[in-house]
Amino acid sequence: MEGVPDRRNLPPLRLHVPEPRFRPGDSVDFGDLAIPAAGTAPRPAADAAPDSFHDLAYTMVRVLDDNGQAVGPWDPRLTPDRLRAMLRAMALTRAFDERMFRAQRQGKTSFYMKCTGEEAVAVAAAFALQPDDMCFPSYRQQGLLIARDWDIVDMMNQIYSNRGDRLQGKQLPIMYSVREASFFSISGNLTTQYPQAVGWAMASAAKGDTRIAATWCGEGSTAEGDFHSACTFASVYRAPVIMNVVNNQWAISSFSGFAGAESTTFAARAIGYGIAGLRVDGNDALAVYAATEWAAERARTNQGPTLIEHFTYRAEGHSTSDDPSAYRSADERSEWPLGDPIARLKQHLIALGEWDDERHAAMDLELAEYVKAAARTAEKNGVLGHGMHQPMETLFEGVFEEIPWHLEEQRAQMLSEYDVAGRPGARK
Amino acid sequence: MNMIQAINSAMDVMMERDPDVVVMGEDVGYFGGVFRATAGLQAKYGKTRVFDTPISECGIIGVAVGMGAYGLRPVPEIQFADYIYPALDQLVSEAARLRYRSAGEFTAPMTVRSPFGGGIFGGQTHSQSPEGIFTHVSGLKTVIPSTPYDAKGLLIAAIEDNDPVIFFEPKRIYNGPFDGHYDRPVTPWAKHASSEVPEGYYRIDLGKAKVVREGEAVTILAYGTMVHVVQGVVAEQGVDAEVIDLRTLLPLDIDTIEASVKKTGRCMIVHEATRTGGFGAELSAQVQERCFYHLEAPIERVTGYDTPYPHSLEWAYFPGPVRIGEALKKILKD
Repeated sequence: MEGVPDRRNLPPLRLHVPEPRFRPGDSVDFGDLAIPAAGTAPRPAADAAPDSFHDLAYTMVRVLDDNGQAVGPWDPRLTPDRLRAMLRAMALTRAFDERMFRAQRQGKTSFYMKCTGEEAVAVAAAFALQPDDMCFPSYRQQGLLIARDWDIVDMMNQIYSNRGDRLQGKQLPIMYSVREASFFSISGNLTTQYPQAVGWAMASAAKGDTRIAATWCGEGSTAEGDFHSACTFASVYRAPVIMNVVNNQWAISSFSGFAGAESTTFAARAIGYGIAGLRVDGNDALAVYAATEWAAERARTNQGPTLIEHFTYRAEGHSTSDDPSAYRSADERSEWPLGDPIARLKQHLIALGEWDDERHAAMDLELAEYVKAAARTAEKNGVLGHGMHQPMETLFEGVFEEIPWHLEEQRAQMLSEYDVAGRPGARK
Repeated sequence: MNMIQAINSAMDVMMERDPDVVVMGEDVGYFGGVFRATAGLQAKYGKTRVFDTPISECGIIGVAVGMGAYGLRPVPEIQFADYIYPALDQLVSEAARLRYRSAGEFTAPMTVRSPFGGGIFGGQTHSQSPEGIFTHVSGLKTVIPSTPYDAKGLLIAAIEDNDPVIFFEPKRIYNGPFDGHYDRPVTPWAKHASSEVPEGYYRIDLGKAKVVREGEAVTILAYGTMVHVVQGVVAEQGVDAEVIDLRTLLPLDIDTIEASVKKTGRCMIVHEATRTGGFGAELSAQVQERCFYHLEAPIERVTGYDTPYPHSLEWAYFPGPVRIGEALKKILKD
């Protein structure tokens, strides 16, 4: 044909569709995963120029070595009391998850999501931030609330959508909102919180405040457009914000390759935006603490945003609605080279001579009892499935500041239907 | 004042009164906006209160939600309503639901300003009227002014409102009212009574329609540019129509509508937006439910066609005097 270039001597194009290395039944070997030794990553000054972070975006900040010793320039040198408090908050987060997972299986709530294996990412960050720094979490940072000593009965009330639920049963379980703990309302829509955190930080800066914002999303969610706009705005306005990417390797059934991990790191995304980027061992509470503390200092001194990739592993299913054995090898969790964040911090405290197995076992027992008692208290306010725990009329409240006529009309209709049918709800 | 000046004045007044009001958007800062709506504001209030943004609608609205959560009262601009779609997730899933999902802990007290509507040879992406998308979202208020006086009063009320407001500005009538006769010169606002706009603070409450012409024969519901087109046709045909400018689409002033249709027995709805699933369908349903026994003729809808907004065929698409006139004859037949 006239005008059509002759390409017959070229091999055909091939579409690359990423494939995880291990599927169900495969034996797992993470031997070739590049894990730098603890203590090797340099610690730049908090005012280092964004273009000096290239190497840090591809290596990994690690503090705890294989013997549980804290090594290198990122060691935050926390007191034993502080280390124990952090360990306790992580263990409480895990105990809470265990209890609530079981509550879902018992039919007391419709849904739950654990953060097993990722406790350090939220808890250590909360310890490094000020209590009034605003957190814009995803759904897997319950450790923030626990580290901020928020009442776990209140969290359970939300999970049970019961009489004590401050969110009036309007939200899916675990979509907490705790303004008092500077914990922003969780949305089901992924990564929307990213530009919101940047906007909050911009507002704080515009007002001459000293508070900063921090936000979290998973590595899968970095593919959302909001991630890009948030990075752009954060860079353009040098917003005092810490943007955390929790790279737990899995977005439901899709491995991190579908978010681009085969070609680069998530910390490296920062480079193109002119943002400081750190890559951190997310199962090393001291590394998470140190990186967050560093980024917070950078933000608070008007040096701009930081993007932190927390390299970790989602040890459990995505949610109570998910069965990971359908898409990944069961051996991944045990073979994960960065271990378990609680076990590693425990080992460190023991190596310091500030902890022992007996105390740890006693703590676990005590926390299990504590969570069980809290659950009993929360269940007195009702569990899901035992009818409506909120007056029906509340369904129409909070759509707007004041209820407009059309919602009043719908409310009146609902109540008259209730009177006819005797539905299982309470009226005000 | 023309409508641009009135809108500018509303932002000026509110920025003066409330240090938490911030204005943001593409080209709104130094340059003063592609339609000059924010001219002079940055020079007066500084860069931290009036600032240019990256070209990212989802970023603009997402950042505004965060600013609102902090305690500011953002007034983001989307340069054309046709470009609001990248921000839909932030508007629908976040701004509209924040109060509800947090049981009032967090709110999004923002006013999203955006030029909308056709009649300017804007083609497919500078002419759209997407109000029906927003009136369908619970938690959003939708406001559309038709005069400079209303634009300022409504915008001030919108900025003061603690709920997120979509404020669509009919750009066809920024400089003067438009009667639909595209072949005649447009009279500037200066010759119109509604261009008398007070310099200082005043507000027009949201949710209140305005009867712009009283009549007995038929009720015509319109908003934005179409208010003027309808008035022109009614005057030319000598029809004793009652013309209602809705001003706020949600919450709707149902009482004014209901009283009027019960009086006239006939109802016509006019909007530029495409017909199917448009706001006119909701208006028609409301009138039918409330005024069924008073209706003497089927409710008429004169709207844009169910096509993308065309460029050279603009005046075939635009619901102008001929189409409205024919519909009037039809509804008044018996």
